[in-house]
Amino acid sequence: MLKDITLGQYFPVDSVLHRMDPRFKIIFTMLFIIMLFAGNSIWTLVLGAVFVLMAQLLSKIPLKMSWKSIKPILPILVFTAVLNLEFISSGDVLWEWSFIKITEGGLQTSVFMICRIILLIVGSSLLTYTTSPILLTDAIEALMSPLRKIKFPVHEMAMMMSIALRFIPTLLEETDKIMSAQKARGAALDSGKLTQRVKALIPILIPLFVSAFRRAEELATAMECRCYRGGEGRTRLRQLRAEKRDYIGLFVCLVFLAASIVLNVLHKV
Amino acid sequence: MAILKTEGLTYTYSAGTPFEKTAVDHVDLCIEEHTMVGVIGHTGSGKSTLMQHFNGLLKPTSGKILLDGKDIWADKQKMREVRFRVGLVFQYPEYQLFEETVFKDIAFGPRNMGLGEEEIKRRVLETADALGMDRELLKRSPFALSGGQKRRAAIAGVMAMRPEVLILDEPCAGLDPKGRNLMLQQIRDYQKKTQSTVLLVSHSMEDVAEFTQKLLVMSKAKLFCYDDTAAVFRRSAELREMGLRVPQIASVMEKLRNRGFALPEDLYTVEQARDAMLHLLQKGGSTC
Repeated sequence: MLKDITLGQYFPVDSVLHRMDPRFKIIFTMLFIIMLFAGNSIWTLVLGAVFVLMAQLLSKIPLKMSWKSIKPILPILVFTAVLNLEFISSGDVLWEWSFIKITEGGLQTSVFMICRIILLIVGSSLLTYTTSPILLTDAIEALMSPLRKIKFPVHEMAMMMSIALRFIPTLLEETDKIMSAQKARGAALDSGKLTQRVKALIPILIPLFVSAFRRAEELATAMECRCYRGGEGRTRLRQLRAEKRDYIGLFVCLVFLAASIVLNVLHKV
Repeated sequence: MAILKTEGLTYTYSAGTPFEKTAVDHVDLCIEEHTMVGVIGHTGSGKSTLMQHFNGLLKPTSGKILLDGKDIWADKQKMREVRFRVGLVFQYPEYQLFEETVFKDIAFGPRNMGLGEEEIKRRVLETADALGMDRELLKRSPFALSGGQKRRAAIAGVMAMRPEVLILDEPCAGLDPKGRNLMLQQIRDYQKKTQSTVLLVSHSMEDVAEFTQKLLVMSKAKLFCYDDTAAVFRRSAELREMGLRVPQIASVMEKLRNRGFALPEDLYTVEQARDAMLHLLQKGGSTC
């Protein structure tokens, strides 16, 4: 069933990482990404792996979930590996067959790249696993608020994001219902040639769009009825407040970043 | 003869997760041909889930559904055929309309059945007439219709497939009282004319009392009973315990009986009650 698709993959358990301020968590993720991409040696990756493992343990998210987030990018991983193996030719030749030539440099780079991408995905998916989509948009709004100075519509953007997130499950449920209704009228949704299948989508997409527009209109009316006037002077139900654990987290992140910079410099020398 | 039969039908939502919920629990049922059956039950009692099993939209976690004595899940290739034989109209079916004209929308089902153009046209017109839809309406866009007309168009889309069993999930939800009555009368007339079996899910005891011969009562995922409408309403105390009511007029009659009026039991429609009271008054039994 469509309902089983998890969008916005929030995994609700209670952990330190879950309780942290979402603004800080976004910053941590950014620092982590910088750390990974600034690093040029295998040691920085080891450092990154330690960091991810630590966060993973603190978050109480089962390792199975991390595997779930890697699975969809497996093709990209394979693609990167092949490209790197093929096109980087430095160091000793390890294996050769007609135009395919695998060199030590190529092998090293591709392993390095794969590890880096896996760490990137696992680390950043921890953010979405431990933060509910609504908190995430709140945090993005807060972090982007300086942009208001240059007349960037921060609140409007955030509102659009949270509305979109709010309606994903609703629309999924609606799609499910419409699909069942059309199946009951004998619509063949999962058989036939490609052209037929695309045609079979029409009886689902049209009612879905109609209802999406209807919902949008209803929501707009409801918001107007409650005198919604944008972000100006609006207060929040959930106030974001930084606490001790957030500053400790920030400190740990900075230490890791500093360590990786030191490793980088040492590696060059 | 039984057209629909279930044996130990059980359905569990999200099995194996923390959200696991058994919506239908070991239901054994036997629904006869040519009957108008009312389906009642509290919200969340499993009515809708049960209905979606009858045309194979949901696959039972365990148990069987027999249509005309044959297990509908025996041959998955024939599932479409099952869906043509058991028509299901969902709640608020007007949200499924999609074609350019009402005619084309009603014709969607029959066309999927692979019928010829002549036959499709005949069926669409016949169904539109049965539901009292103006021929002029058939040329309009379904999105330009009023709420009640949209509802009729959507129901017609399933009726036009001429299913042997027609299941309607709250066909009158959101209609005004006059519209409700007309709709139910048209459904009953359709049932009589086509000699099909109709299952009518409803929250209105008055409606099922007036229009159905049998009642299927669901309570907490289990089948509470399946019996003649009169027999079910006789168990008013149990129904109340389940959070269901008996028709208002039946309550009135019960209270009158308690005050010593010699009114018979089994009065659950306004007409019956009126006749019984007139009869009583003519006999001069009134002492008020």
